[in-house]
Amino acid sequence: MSSNDAVPSSTPTKTSGLHIGEPAPGVKKVDPIIVADHIKRSFGGLTAVDVEHLEIPRGAITALIGPNGAGKTTLFNLLTGFDKPDTGEWTFDGNSIAGVPAFKVARRGQVRTFQLTKALGLLTVLDNMKLGAKGQSGESLTKAIFPWFWRKEEEEIEARALDLLARFKLDAKKDDYAASLSGGQRKLLEMARALMSEPTLVMLDEPMAGVNPALTQSLLDHILNLKTEGMTVLFVEHDMHMVRHIADWVVVMAEGKVVAEGDPHEVMKNPAVIDAYLGSHHDEDLGELDPSITEAVKELADDDADEIKH
Amino acid sequence: MIDWIQLLGNSAQQILSPVTAAYALAALGLAIHFGYTGLLNFGQAGFMALGAYGYGISTLTFGFPWWAALLVGVGVSIIFALILGVPTLRLRADYLAIVTIAAAEIARLFFTTNTFVQYTGSANGLQGYKGSFEEVNPIPPGRYGFGPFTYNEYDWWVRIFGWGLVIIAALITWRLMKSPWGRVIKGIREDEDAVRALGKNVYFYKMQALVLGGVFGSLAGMVFVLPRAIVPSNFQPTLTFFIYAILLLGGAATVLGPIVGAIVFWVALSFFSGFVARAVEVGWLPFMSTVQAGQLQFILVGIVIMLLVIFRPQGMFGNKKELAFVK
Repeated sequence: MSSNDAVPSSTPTKTSGLHIGEPAPGVKKVDPIIVADHIKRSFGGLTAVDVEHLEIPRGAITALIGPNGAGKTTLFNLLTGFDKPDTGEWTFDGNSIAGVPAFKVARRGQVRTFQLTKALGLLTVLDNMKLGAKGQSGESLTKAIFPWFWRKEEEEIEARALDLLARFKLDAKKDDYAASLSGGQRKLLEMARALMSEPTLVMLDEPMAGVNPALTQSLLDHILNLKTEGMTVLFVEHDMHMVRHIADWVVVMAEGKVVAEGDPHEVMKNPAVIDAYLGSHHDEDLGELDPSITEAVKELADDDADEIKH
Repeated sequence: MIDWIQLLGNSAQQILSPVTAAYALAALGLAIHFGYTGLLNFGQAGFMALGAYGYGISTLTFGFPWWAALLVGVGVSIIFALILGVPTLRLRADYLAIVTIAAAEIARLFFTTNTFVQYTGSANGLQGYKGSFEEVNPIPPGRYGFGPFTYNEYDWWVRIFGWGLVIIAALITWRLMKSPWGRVIKGIREDEDAVRALGKNVYFYKMQALVLGGVFGSLAGMVFVLPRAIVPSNFQPTLTFFIYAILLLGGAATVLGPIVGAIVFWVALSFFSGFVARAVEVGWLPFMSTVQAGQLQFILVGIVIMLLVIFRPQGMFGNKKELAFVK
């Protein structure tokens, strides 16, 4: 399997001109959707996240990369309310959401997926989808007993769910338990379910992890579609090929800090990024790094084409 | 010789017995907790005790009519569910299990203690609270029915009331679990973080489920004590485990399962204990005394639970397909 399979079916249109001034950690954005300040989270003696300032551009696809243990997922958890920072302030769409519980964050239109896919196994695929819809009156205990309060709404939700399932090519599976899907199909289902809530910001935690190459392409297309439909995407990813192909902006984290930001092709040449990656064992696409690095790195880069499918 | 007609008749009586109705109702509450929401409630006996005592004390001490006493029992169980849920529902599932089994024991010991003997009757329990409920009995005095199902007017009234509650509770559960509310509840059972990420207030839903199942438990406690006296030793943890056995027998995430499970459980238990007792009498089991025979049924319950969990974990009414994916 060659790495070219991971290329989206059409050449993605990159969004540029997102930042103001020189790309550097914490650079100002023209139109940020998330602005975070002084976010710090430590577990015992370990400082997992220590971000001074970070802005996520609206209407673009931003990749959050970094070696293992850089604090990417922890930052995700903090921004979505799944974890509470020691200190820090952040806003979403101009409103502070620091300390707001996860479910309220999701209701405001900032929806996330998980690194370890959370398909609701013993619910059918269609039920998984319907669960994603926001503001259902049938979800209130008192109205739930009387179907005439919510039957019409349920039909609309079902139509929307079927439409999305068809786009994600899961419509044939709608009556199966989600547990019977393959790993890649579960990723698709999780993404489709997130879209049921009509979000403005979609946060994907390693959308490609464990997805077979045949499904990678369709996942990439779906992520690009989100941008076309006006949503903002922030994703954590290890697959450098994917990052370079679809990301408009890249934020690099190492040891809890943002060490670099910039255009995906430029940022990989940043010495701070090279420092961050070379110290750790990793399956990154080293071929994109600065050519002045050692022979050993070039050898690694040659092997990389085989490894990229992970 | 064994009197088979009488043995089968006694077993058949369990089908309509108010005890069976009470267990079915309690198991239905547990199905909401455990089967649908994934809450490990090991204190269903506590909810039943609160329902029974709430009814008994408000009738005897405060002279409430039966319907007001029933509401008191339900109200007390709601408060109990809130007290249990507020600190534990944000934590991992096992904390609820620890807290519920302990709280149920606290409730039972509270009713047993001598300090409140004038209200609770201590270890002797309460009786004589049937008056107001008996007065609203529309059935004229007399004996009705056929064969083993011949009862007087009060026994029929208790049975109609008990099974009526079971049917209402089953209809509510069935409606709820087919609704979007039930979808959220089942989603929480599968993975509460995923449901939280979709904007649902998981804590609130778990609380609603805990309260609803607890209310079913308290109603079960009232049905349980209507034909007899309230005795605190009836509400030991073994009661909760019998209800779990019924739930697993019928199918944890089903509506019919707890009801049919309760009937099958009591008919089988009654048949088995009746058979062993008579078999000992006529000398078929010479190595066993009558006392030992009485204990044998509990050994059987244990074996049945084990066999069920090993060979048919989905129960009688559970969906076989679900089993293919048990983690």
